[in-house]
Amino acid sequence: MSTEAPAEPAVNYLNASYGIKSWLLTLDHKRIGLLYLATITLMFVVGGLAATLMRLHLVEPQGALFEPETYNKMFSSHGIIMVFFFLIPSIPATLGNFCIPLMIGARDVAFPRLNLMSWYLFVTGCAFVLYDTISGGVDTGWTFYPPYSSLYAQSHVVAAALGIFIAGFSSILTGLNFIVTIHKMRAPGMTWFRLPLFIWALYATSLIFVLGTPVIAVTVFLLGLERLLHVGIFDPAVGGDPLLFQHMFWFYSHPAVYIMILPGMGVISELITAFSRKKIFGYSFVAFSSLSIAVISFIVWGHHMFVTGQALYAGLVFSVLSFLVAIPSAVKVFNWTATLYRGSISYEAPMLYALGFIGLFTIGGLTGLFLASLATDVHLNGTYFIVAHFHYIMVGGAVMAYLGGIHFWWPKICGRLYPDMWARISAAIIFIGFNLTFFPQFMLGYLGMPRRYAVYAPEFQVLNVLSSAGASILGIGYVIPLVYLIWSMRYGPIAGPNPWKAKGLEWTIPSPPPTENFEEIPIVTEDAYNYPAIEPHAYPDSQGVASV
Amino acid sequence: MAATHPAHPPGFAHQFETVEQQRDAGHLGMWIFLATEILFFGGMFTAYTVYRSLHLQEFIRGSHELLVKFGATNTAVLICSSLTMALAIRSAQTGKSRGTVISWLLLTWVLGAAFLAIKLRYEWYRDWVEGLIPGVSWMGGGGHTPGVKMFMCFYFFMTGLHALHMVAGLGILTVLVVMTARKRFSPNYYAPLEISGLYWHFVDIVWIFLFPLLYLIGGRYPGS
Repeated sequence: MSTEAPAEPAVNYLNASYGIKSWLLTLDHKRIGLLYLATITLMFVVGGLAATLMRLHLVEPQGALFEPETYNKMFSSHGIIMVFFFLIPSIPATLGNFCIPLMIGARDVAFPRLNLMSWYLFVTGCAFVLYDTISGGVDTGWTFYPPYSSLYAQSHVVAAALGIFIAGFSSILTGLNFIVTIHKMRAPGMTWFRLPLFIWALYATSLIFVLGTPVIAVTVFLLGLERLLHVGIFDPAVGGDPLLFQHMFWFYSHPAVYIMILPGMGVISELITAFSRKKIFGYSFVAFSSLSIAVISFIVWGHHMFVTGQALYAGLVFSVLSFLVAIPSAVKVFNWTATLYRGSISYEAPMLYALGFIGLFTIGGLTGLFLASLATDVHLNGTYFIVAHFHYIMVGGAVMAYLGGIHFWWPKICGRLYPDMWARISAAIIFIGFNLTFFPQFMLGYLGMPRRYAVYAPEFQVLNVLSSAGASILGIGYVIPLVYLIWSMRYGPIAGPNPWKAKGLEWTIPSPPPTENFEEIPIVTEDAYNYPAIEPHAYPDSQGVASV
Repeated sequence: MAATHPAHPPGFAHQFETVEQQRDAGHLGMWIFLATEILFFGGMFTAYTVYRSLHLQEFIRGSHELLVKFGATNTAVLICSSLTMALAIRSAQTGKSRGTVISWLLLTWVLGAAFLAIKLRYEWYRDWVEGLIPGVSWMGGGGHTPGVKMFMCFYFFMTGLHALHMVAGLGILTVLVVMTARKRFSPNYYAPLEISGLYWHFVDIVWIFLFPLLYLIGGRYPGS
């Protein structure tokens, strides 16, 4: 491993072939990752525009811009696009696709054709949802509860449902591919307990993809049939039960929350170790906490239904089970902070995102406990407190981790460095803008402002204006990386194989990697994160401690 | 590097290091896909069970609209097709002639197609004529309460999805026949046959659950 690879290989996966066709028909996991990156960035922009318009609208108590019906469509589009077409595929489909084979020492994922097919399915799903948005949108919220979405629907539910249905199969196939790849494609010596924790996190995520997504698929399918054929599956007028829809919806959609956050947690484990130059504290605890989060995620869905007429005892059980999720989540947070302890910490941009993640995820997680308690949930359900809570998890957590991961692996992806100062500034802007946007929403919710309303009482205006101001700062924070990352693809300085001096197989090969990834499949002889020990007092000349 | 593998067996993909690795990956992939399928049908079975308990009498009356003799015939047809599928794999494994493998595969294909033909001609077509298809040809009167309509919904959703899986299975069998004819398989390499066999058996098993759930349980028997 001591031999340095050449700074920039003559032939790599980016310049091995040219032209649209070489991208649209590629079987290379790295290129497919980039195809996803481009697609979800587009979806993020669309979903973000909807959010921008919503926050503008809410500057005035009577609503500044839209009719209430239009506002309903705005938040529905925002939710549907951000959840199903940005957050769920974000880290797994881009960074996961790009990194998994590199990190486990494989030439590609197990089924490259299936991988490309997943992307096409995803794009088809995107097309349906964009068509839906343009042709008038849905006003049901992202949850599609009947009878809003069936009996009383006045909007294009079927196209949106079909888009989610199709994109769901993309998730399933991606999850299947990842599980098989992680099981069967590891390089010699890459045992399960030498795997980077990002891989463990993606493995747990893939389990949810494979076991949860089919249920939402069948649920949405039934909903679409009910709508098209006017047969009542969830329609009480013909004996259906709308609560059954909610049960089936949340059976997937609660685990889907962990699809969004688990890969982020995996990224954070990579970033914290790389920028504190230390082995992770409690490797196996972090690894198994990912799996236990995945397992527990399947038995807590009822906490979304405390006030919908679910039996009280079911509510009690779901409440207790929901508290259980806090344990593995806290294990991760404590282990990350313990890893920082006496580490040799440096504050490059990815690390800033990682530290931001830990703080924001902790707030999001702890407020989740408020909502898992039956009594407080009755007060807070359906208010902005919920909105703030899940944005702390999904934006403060998942998006921060996604951006941290993008900044971490960007030099590997395109072989060039981005301007570090701009990256740090934008990380700070995002952190400030995010908190200004969503912390007031905790207060609004606690004071009783309901979510999903196009108008609100005048006494809530100050906090709403603060939130909208924060959103505009957040927006700027997202635009800056978009500009400098694109700039760096062409004009950034050459990164070299390992600009962070990080551990991991992906840093032992050139940047950008060759199409085959590894000239020869490596043989792994050391644990993950095997950074040289820092013992300044005991060994003053500790530079001599060699990495294997 | 690719050069280190002097002789690639047919069907060997570049991302794998050994043939065994490729075969194991294929098997695991199919098992995971089947797990997905179980959850997919499982969502429907759950909904069916919930509504059956809510509308027991109507579901029993709905069940009486189905023709057990054709359901039973089709069950037998499918079980036979699983046997012929297994024999096709077995004959590839033991190095029987290509003709033998192809014969078993074609027989499986014919049995699968027979299932679909019986379903279409003697069941769905009759349902259409008699106005039993919700949303398409539903003659709501005749004492049929909403619960019966819901039962028929589930009947068509579930058997329809199963039939779609059968159609996909026929497509896979066709590909397998072509691959066998092109000498792609040998006793050392017949993984596509095995993996497709898993799928075919799974689709059969789904029917083994559907048949009693839809046709048999609830009030078919004298005295009940």
